[in-house]
Amino acid sequence: MLRDFRLSRRLPPLASAAALALGVGVAALGPAPAMAGKADDTLTFALEQEVEAVNFYQSTSRDGVILSRLIWDNLVYRDPVSGEYKPSLATSWKWVDKTTLDLELRKGVTFQNGEPFDADDVVFTVNYFTSPEAKVKNTSSVSWMDHAEKLGDYQVRLFLKKPFPAALEYLAGPVPIYPNEYTKKVGQEGMEAHPIGSGPYKVTEIVKGQSISFVRNDHYWKGSPNGQPQIGKLVMRTIPDKNTQLAELMTGGVDWIWKVDKDQADALRSAPNLTVKDAETMRFGYLTFDAAGKAGASPVNKLAVRQAISHAINRKAIVDNLFAGGAHIVRSACFPEQFGCDQTTKSYDYDVAKAKSLLKEAGYPDGFSITLDGYRDRELAEAMVGDLAKIGIKASLNYGKYAAIRDAIRSGKSQMAFMTWGSNSIGDISASTSVFFEGLPDDTYNDAEVKADLIKGDTETDPAARKEAYSKALHRIADQAYWLPLWSYPYTYAFTSDLNFTPTSDEIPHFARASWK
Amino acid sequence: MLSFLVKRMGMALLVAITVSIVAFGLLRASGDIALAVAGEGATQADIETVRHQFGFDRPLPVQYLDWAGKALSGDLGRSVYFRVPVSELIAERLPVTLALGGLALVFAVLLSIPLGVIAALRPNSLLDRVCLWIAVFGQAMPSFWFALMLMLVLGVSWRLLPISGTGSFKHYIMPAIALGYYAAPAIMRLTRAGMVEVLDSDYIRTARAKGLRTGKVLFKHALRNAVIPVVALAAVQFGFMLSGSIVIEAVFAMPGVGQLAWISLQRSDFTVVQGIVLMLSVIYILLALLADLFNAWLDPRIRVA
Repeated sequence: MLRDFRLSRRLPPLASAAALALGVGVAALGPAPAMAGKADDTLTFALEQEVEAVNFYQSTSRDGVILSRLIWDNLVYRDPVSGEYKPSLATSWKWVDKTTLDLELRKGVTFQNGEPFDADDVVFTVNYFTSPEAKVKNTSSVSWMDHAEKLGDYQVRLFLKKPFPAALEYLAGPVPIYPNEYTKKVGQEGMEAHPIGSGPYKVTEIVKGQSISFVRNDHYWKGSPNGQPQIGKLVMRTIPDKNTQLAELMTGGVDWIWKVDKDQADALRSAPNLTVKDAETMRFGYLTFDAAGKAGASPVNKLAVRQAISHAINRKAIVDNLFAGGAHIVRSACFPEQFGCDQTTKSYDYDVAKAKSLLKEAGYPDGFSITLDGYRDRELAEAMVGDLAKIGIKASLNYGKYAAIRDAIRSGKSQMAFMTWGSNSIGDISASTSVFFEGLPDDTYNDAEVKADLIKGDTETDPAARKEAYSKALHRIADQAYWLPLWSYPYTYAFTSDLNFTPTSDEIPHFARASWK
Repeated sequence: MLSFLVKRMGMALLVAITVSIVAFGLLRASGDIALAVAGEGATQADIETVRHQFGFDRPLPVQYLDWAGKALSGDLGRSVYFRVPVSELIAERLPVTLALGGLALVFAVLLSIPLGVIAALRPNSLLDRVCLWIAVFGQAMPSFWFALMLMLVLGVSWRLLPISGTGSFKHYIMPAIALGYYAAPAIMRLTRAGMVEVLDSDYIRTARAKGLRTGKVLFKHALRNAVIPVVALAAVQFGFMLSGSIVIEAVFAMPGVGQLAWISLQRSDFTVVQGIVLMLSVIYILLALLADLFNAWLDPRIRVA
């Protein structure tokens, strides 16, 4: 033992440590990534987060949605520019009644492994992913469907659990169609390792935590509303740090980044060979008040106080000065482009004098102290705290994690909170207003009138009747100042000037529609 | 020696348990965990499904004991976000972290030992102070800032090294420097102190009196003795580097355990966070234990202490 130790001690300790580290290091190294760019027809884009699963039904993240649009097709396509529903894997559809939808399917489509697409794939996708054994992560994306039946080789009947007017929106979004034979054979784990869809791009390599590579599907079906994919290869790289993304963009390591901060965007605008674009997204911010007094007696229980606060926040100044560009004031409790989002509701313009008189009327001539909860965009929250101070309201900011703040609102521990909502990119008001005012756990307002109108809108299939019901609800929400809708969130995109890329408001970069200049 | 070993390992186990309880408790205190797991756009149905699927509706002690019991048999549970076994996730990413930690340690040692030796030659001189300043500079800077500065100079301006990822050996150089620099001052101080003491001892005086060359005296006779405690310290520093790589891995987009910990913390993916905390604390405890045993073997007085 002693002798052994002495022997080993004769080895230079540093050299052996170095050898060990290098040995492990070399083992961890993979092949060097290919250079990006137009020259070798590879578009490398950076996303902040690693997607939890490439298999769409096991993912809830936005990045999962982005990838799914490359790999799989949906029955219906929602044009990201016009908002229109267009035929995709289904060529047409018809409501049989409020809970039954018949779909005609497209002929001549094949999946990336050569498996032909037909009614069996749709029936399998619907029936398997609505079953508990599929353990779908985002249950609400499929739970509205009951089951599907095959009417013919290219005809399917979809049965809903209850009337669900947003059905087409969902078919165009979180219900990608999987190949039945392949999925049955390899299971969801196999689909995770080697995803197969009928979409414009095929996955060639997944390096966990680092990158996913795609190659263009040269057999992509003709007539897709996506158009034919133009760029030969795509590489998605996970780069969590914004500064690192920026450094990679500047040196050509990546070709495309988004969610660029205002100060960085301002610097990039003058950079040669880079294009910077601002585009609105469906996400909007809002202030929510404890109108029903769940958190105990508080000045915001009074309508006049909520209205005073609404008049005191200088939304225009915040939008103009604190956003890079592309943000707009939102007037109703929904995103303006969503179906049913009536924008003619009572407006609370910036008016300090009116705010002060409303406060006085409510019995708080000298203001009061209150806590403002928030979880993101501290500088925006601080700007609002400053605005409130001008009418004598001393708001202290309680900044926490999203789950903690939403939990506090739900459990009646928050007097006032600054929140945002992205509606899961669903262009229907049922994905925003209904979540918060329809009696679900996030509804802390307990307004029976609003609730009834929203339920009516959510279950009615006639678009005009839906609009009318939603409009009533939105007017009452605004009149009662339950929320102060704030602004829509734009994303700032920065990418190589070689690229034709158009940002869209659905918070999904559509790389299949991009091309080189 | 045996009782020392048993006592030391018992302590190590207690530390690991405490650390896992703290990690468990802190994550639960940061809001509704089912909501955090289900994500920002989740509906109530999604949240309830998660709550039930992962057993968040059970009492906290039951959840902890269930997890701890399985952990003892090597089952660290499934990630609530990735939905794969935590051990698999960690195993996939550990090589990157070990490579980074190893290279960082090599960098730290290569920087700090020569600095320590040089500083020890003329204690309290200007040279000594300069060496100390170089070492302390690394510790004083926030590592993410230093990492970004490296990236800006070596990556963006000079284009010498790749900015992020792990594609080649070159990808590891900047992160290893950023991580290793932080550990340098401790090793340098210990080397310096050891050298100052050794250089003052009789056998060095004898060696010098015999007319041996300075280089031989320094590196053959003095450093070999002075560096022994440094080996123990370096082992502990390696543990530090594994846990300290959280920020560095995030900055350099390296898919290691550190980055996994970072994203799991953000998503309240508690099984992953607990698994990593447990693994890192066990590695750290083992390294510290090895260092202690090494010292005890060297110096019998420690064994009875």
